[in-house]
Amino acid sequence: MISLTSPVETRAHGWPAGVKLAALCAATLLLFAVEDLAWQIAFCAGMLVLYALPGRTFLRVGLGRLRMLWPFVALIVLWHLLTDDTVAGLVIALRMVTAVGLANLVTMTTKLSDMMAVVRWLASPLRRFGVETRSLELAVALVVRFTPVLAAKGQMLSLAWRARSRRRSGWRIVMPFTVLAIDDAEHVAEALRARGGL
Amino acid sequence: MERNLTMIALFAALIAALGLIPKFTLGFGVPITAQTLGVMLCGTVLGAWRGGLAALLFVGLVALGLPLLAGGRGGLGVFASPTVGFLVGFPIGAFVTGFIMDQWRSAPVGLAAGVASVIGGTLVVYVFGIFGMMMTLNKTVVEATLLVQAFIPGDLIKAVLAGFITSGLAKARPASLLSRA
Repeated sequence: MISLTSPVETRAHGWPAGVKLAALCAATLLLFAVEDLAWQIAFCAGMLVLYALPGRTFLRVGLGRLRMLWPFVALIVLWHLLTDDTVAGLVIALRMVTAVGLANLVTMTTKLSDMMAVVRWLASPLRRFGVETRSLELAVALVVRFTPVLAAKGQMLSLAWRARSRRRSGWRIVMPFTVLAIDDAEHVAEALRARGGL
Repeated sequence: MERNLTMIALFAALIAALGLIPKFTLGFGVPITAQTLGVMLCGTVLGAWRGGLAALLFVGLVALGLPLLAGGRGGLGVFASPTVGFLVGFPIGAFVTGFIMDQWRSAPVGLAAGVASVIGGTLVVYVFGIFGMMMTLNKTVVEATLLVQAFIPGDLIKAVLAGFITSGLAKARPASLLSRA
């Protein structure tokens, strides 16, 4: 399955995921506490330096992920130009870009298995109260496995539709699509029970 | 137990797979994805707790770094972006949708699912979505509402479609409609 981790291995890949997540929380709190434009520019520049350090490929992929923010940046800056409050607009826009950039940085340098280990650690107090966290891990594995399976089945449904009709299928294939998902769920449940259950 | 688990997992996968279907454009030019339709179906088919957990599992996997959102987006960055409120609203919206389905058993399935999706899948999700915009972009309620109002008609249409789809499912797989079981 396609993932959002970086195409190049960086030094940050080896750092513990929990530390990276804690640092991200602290950095985001700091970003939202500071209202000064000069500091926000410094933070944003620092974020860009972090992206540039592992090399050009990393920088290009990383900045590509931030592209979805441009409509919001344009909207905010334009809005505050009209309300004569440009500085506040720049602070909000810079803060948003820096916060999203830093968060993406953690996602890009942390493998799914490392993230799962943090989740398992966070869930460990629950185990003491007798909550079964193994089923959570099974559920995660099922979603990862069945998303491409369902997507392929959906593709087949829409091909079958197009073989019969000249119009686009649109929402009408969602019903049979959901029926397929329900049937898969029933079959997998039966298979799990047959193997001794949870 | 096994059935609850697989239903929750498969509906989380369904939300993700619906995001991969190419978006369709409404008559008045606003593109909509089927992803929120999946969130509504979680509530109408699975009921409050299972539906809410399915949506929560989906949002959790997005946070862990899987590109499951429409357009292949995902990762922690989404939780710092202006649309964070909608993501947080997904599980709660699915829960409320399912809760209304659970409670309003006297109504026909399609009608109950449609109304539940309007309240849970649209109203609740937008309350959280607008609150998220207010926080990240420093805007007032009115300004934030103005930013998202173009998408409200599309989501209302999806809620109506969720009603039709659920009544179809009630005929095709009556035993699997856990919200009415």
